[in-house]
Amino acid sequence: MIVFIMCFILFLVGLYGVLTRRNLIKIVIGLTVMEFSVFLFLVLIGYIAHGEAPIIVPGMKEPVFVDPLPQAMVLTAIVIGLATTAMLLSIAIRIYKKYGTWDIREIKNLRG
Amino acid sequence: MEQLIVLFVIIPLASAFLIPVVGKLVPYFQKVLTSMVLLALTILIFSYLFSGSEATLIYKVGGWEAVENIPIGIYLVLDGLSAILLLVINFIGLLAAFYAVGYMRRYTAENNFYTLLCLMIAGMNGVVLTGDLFNLYVFLEIAVIASYVLVAFGIEKNELEASFKYQVLGGMASLLILFGIGMIYWLTKTLNIADVAQLLKGNSNTSAVQFTQIVLIAGFGLKGAMIPFHAWLPDAHSSAPSPISAMLSGVLIKAIGIYAILRLFFNMFTISYELALIITVIGTLSMVIGVLLAIGQWDLKRLLAYHSISQMGYVVIGVGMGMMILTKGGEKGVAALAIAGGLFHLMNHAVFKGLLFLNAGAIEYLLGTRNLKKMGGLGKNTPITSASSFSASMAISGIPPFNGFFSKLLIIIAAVKGHFYLLALLAVFVSIITLGSFLKFQRYAFFNKTKFEGRLLAQKIPFTMTFSMVVMAVLCLVMSLMIFPGAREVFLTPAVDVLVNATNYSTTIIGF
Repeated sequence: MIVFIMCFILFLVGLYGVLTRRNLIKIVIGLTVMEFSVFLFLVLIGYIAHGEAPIIVPGMKEPVFVDPLPQAMVLTAIVIGLATTAMLLSIAIRIYKKYGTWDIREIKNLRG
Repeated sequence: MEQLIVLFVIIPLASAFLIPVVGKLVPYFQKVLTSMVLLALTILIFSYLFSGSEATLIYKVGGWEAVENIPIGIYLVLDGLSAILLLVINFIGLLAAFYAVGYMRRYTAENNFYTLLCLMIAGMNGVVLTGDLFNLYVFLEIAVIASYVLVAFGIEKNELEASFKYQVLGGMASLLILFGIGMIYWLTKTLNIADVAQLLKGNSNTSAVQFTQIVLIAGFGLKGAMIPFHAWLPDAHSSAPSPISAMLSGVLIKAIGIYAILRLFFNMFTISYELALIITVIGTLSMVIGVLLAIGQWDLKRLLAYHSISQMGYVVIGVGMGMMILTKGGEKGVAALAIAGGLFHLMNHAVFKGLLFLNAGAIEYLLGTRNLKKMGGLGKNTPITSASSFSASMAISGIPPFNGFFSKLLIIIAAVKGHFYLLALLAVFVSIITLGSFLKFQRYAFFNKTKFEGRLLAQKIPFTMTFSMVVMAVLCLVMSLMIFPGAREVFLTPAVDVLVNATNYSTTIIGF
C-alpha cells in the first residue's frame, strides 16, 4: 500500500511542477515526472509478492510469476512518452528561438 | 470482408512510411498517393455500409483465437457506430487532402505535411476500430502526436505557442486515460472491451469503478474539448493550416473524444444515472458557454473554433439524454431518437464545420488576414467561397432545408418527448445566437460595403480548393435526405442500435 501512496505523491509532485513553474523546460520536466508515476503504477499492478520473471526454465517447482502484460504495456508507453517528450522539447526550443525567453508569462500572443 | 478491416489502419500507415522515402524522388507522389488512399478507404467503407449486412465484423490481429471464450489477442471490430465514424474520417480526410494540394503551396516541406496527415488518419481509424483498451491508447497517441506537429506546422510565434499549450494539456489527458486503463486492468485483469464489459456487468457500482469512470471522462473530455477542459481548442484549431483545422475540428475531437466516451460508457461500463447526468451537464455547459465565448471573437478561425465546442455540446446532450432515458427505464423509442439526433449532428458537424474552416482558409489564401474587421465586399470577387460559406452558415445555425436543421430538430423533439424542457429551450436559444454570430461573419466578410485595403496575395483560388468546397456545400444539402426512410437504415439505424442495445456488443464478440 505504501508504494501506491508514494506513487501518488510522485504524481502530485509532477502536477505541482506543471502548475506552478514558469519555465518551459521545468513544465516539461513536471509532465515527465507525472508520466513516470503512471508508469510506476502500471508496473505495480502487475507485481505479485515474491514473483519471478515470467520465463519458464526446466526444473522449476511451482513458480510464482509476476504479470507480464503490464510490463509490456509500460514498455510501449515509455516509447510513446519518449516521442511526446521529444516533441515538447523541440517545440520549447523553437519557442525560445522566436521569443528569446523561457518564461511563459512573456509568451502570451494568444488570448480571448 | 473481415480480412479487409485491417486495411483501414495498414494502408495509411504504409503510405505515411512511403511518402518521405519515395516523395523526394517522384514529383506529385505525395499528393496523388494520399488522395488515392483516402478515396479507396472511402469506397471501402461505403461498400460495407451499402452491403446491408448488419453483422459485426471482427478481425483478430495475428490470428489469436479466443481460448475458452476468453479473448487473447487484439480484436478489430467494425460495427454500425465505427462505420459512420470511419466514413466521416476518411471522407473529410479525402476532401481536406485534395484541398491541401492547392493550399499548401505556400508552405515548404509538403512531404512532411502529407506524412503527418496519413499518420493522423491511421491513428483515428485505429481508435474507432479497435476492441482493445491499450491498443486504443496507442492509436490515440499516434493520432494526437501527429496533430501536435501539424498544429505547429507554420512554426511562427502563434503556432508554436498553441502547440505547446495543446501538448501540455493533451499530455495530461493521455496520462489520465492511461491511468484509467491501468485501473480497469487492475479490476478485471483483461484489456478487451467486450471481456471487461462481461466482467464488470454485476459490480459496476463499486467505488473503484466509479473512480475509473470519472478519470476516463476527464481524460477523454480533455481530448474532446468539453467545456471545463476546453482551453487548448481555440488556440490549436485556429493556428493550424486550414485543411488541418478542418480535420481537427471536424474529425479529431469526435473520433478520439466523443467516440471513445460513447464506446466505453455505453458498451463497456453499465450506464448509471449519475454518470448520464454528468455527461449531459458537461454537454449543456459546452453548448451554452461555447457559443457565449464565440460572440466577441473577431478572428474568423477562433470564432469557428468556439462554435465547434458549442456544436459538440449538441452531440453530447443528444447522447446524454438518450443515456438518461435508458437508465430511468423510459421509452426506448425516445432514447433512440435522442441518440440518433446526436449521431446525425456529429456527421453533419463534420461536414459544415469542415467546410467553414476550408472557407476561412480560402479567404486567408486571398487576403492573408483572418480579422473580420479588415475584410469586406468579398461577395463579388469570390462567388464560390461566398455561396458555399453561406450554405455552411445556414446549416450550422439550423435553417431548413440544410442538414443542421434536421439534426437539431431531432434533438429538440427528443428533449420535449423525454420531458427535458429546459434543454430544449437552451438548444433553441443557442441555435439563435449561432445564427446571429454567423450572420456577422457573412456580413463582415462578404456583403460589407467597406473594401479590403491591402494587396491581394492571389488573384484566384486554385481549382482543388474550390472543388472541395463545392462538394461539401452540396453535401450540406444532400445530407438532409439521410433522415428519411431508405437512407436512414443505411447510416443511422445500425449506429443507434449499437448504443441502444448496449450489451449486444460484448455478447457478439465474446460469443455467449
